[in-house]
Amino acid sequence: MPWDFDTSVPVYLQIAETVRRRIVSGEYERGSQLPSVRDLAVKAAVNPNTVQRAFMCLENDGLIETRGTMGRYVTDSLESVEAARETLAQDTIGAFCRRMEALGYTGEDTIELLKKTYEGETK
Amino acid sequence: MTEAPILECRGLTKTYGSHRGLEDFSVALPAGRIIGLLGPNGSGKTTLIKLCAGLLRPTSGQLYIDGMPVGPDTKSIVSYLPERICFDVSMTVEGVMAYYKDFFADFDEQRAKVMLEKLNIDTARKIKELSKGTREKVQLVLVMSRRAKLYLLDEPIGGVDPATRDYILSTIISNYSPDSSVIISTHLISDVENILDEFMFINEGKLILYNNCDNVRRELGKSLDRFFREVFRC
Repeated sequence: MPWDFDTSVPVYLQIAETVRRRIVSGEYERGSQLPSVRDLAVKAAVNPNTVQRAFMCLENDGLIETRGTMGRYVTDSLESVEAARETLAQDTIGAFCRRMEALGYTGEDTIELLKKTYEGETK
Repeated sequence: MTEAPILECRGLTKTYGSHRGLEDFSVALPAGRIIGLLGPNGSGKTTLIKLCAGLLRPTSGQLYIDGMPVGPDTKSIVSYLPERICFDVSMTVEGVMAYYKDFFADFDEQRAKVMLEKLNIDTARKIKELSKGTREKVQLVLVMSRRAKLYLLDEPIGGVDPATRDYILSTIISNYSPDSSVIISTHLISDVENILDEFMFINEGKLILYNNCDNVRRELGKSLDRFFREVFRC
């Protein structure tokens, strides 16, 4: 199945984001080999140059590395993966806060509501 | 040193009687890209592709493919998928394959066989016995089995169901090599926009815009399909 994309955002950024999430979630394990550009392009139904560009972004972030002719691998570095996790978490929370503000909630209201939600779920 | 553009048009014009099919069309396309040729019906897409394939002669202007003027030399490096089926429909799939092998030194028969096998197409059958979708698949398999430098695909996904569309697009992605180029003409933009590197908007025989797809998404925050609808609003 071709991947779904938000058509208004550059596709390479969305592919980089998906691969980043897969690395953070452990679906692509640290130190493991990544699918080839061609394979991923066919799976996602996008241009191979686009996948190439996404991989270059992730290489710049230090999340993946090229090992000569062996292909691309997820970094061994726990630090790099943790840093990516933190960035993703901040992005998610940032987007959530903006949406709550748009609904008219202050930061305090939001925190209060969050606490209640979590307490409700644990009961 | 930069490589010669895979396709270069300089003031390319083609008139049919008093009608202008293509007018003062100039563009230089770098190699190694998948480029969409996008425009409404009757905008000149097929005219441009036929000129590149050497099936039409320009009224004026120049056209170079990989630095060479269009002629027998360029035909050996250009693989062309016509809008309509071009085979003698009484031939078998095998027969057409033999035809391709004779005509084109760069035809990879093994590759074609593997792809046809995957599609469960019986190569002993005649073209006329196949459904429209299957015919289009056979034709695409043959065109993409050539090791060409430039693939010209005129409406490769017109008139086939969405699953076949996916198959055709994935065949294009998995068969073109990074140093060859593909030009796809279509008006079904949302179906192809994710596989394109760049696009040309063409209307009334003129080049309206040539740009990178991700530039449009980043700078305008909209899809190519949406952008097309705005540019060509009727």
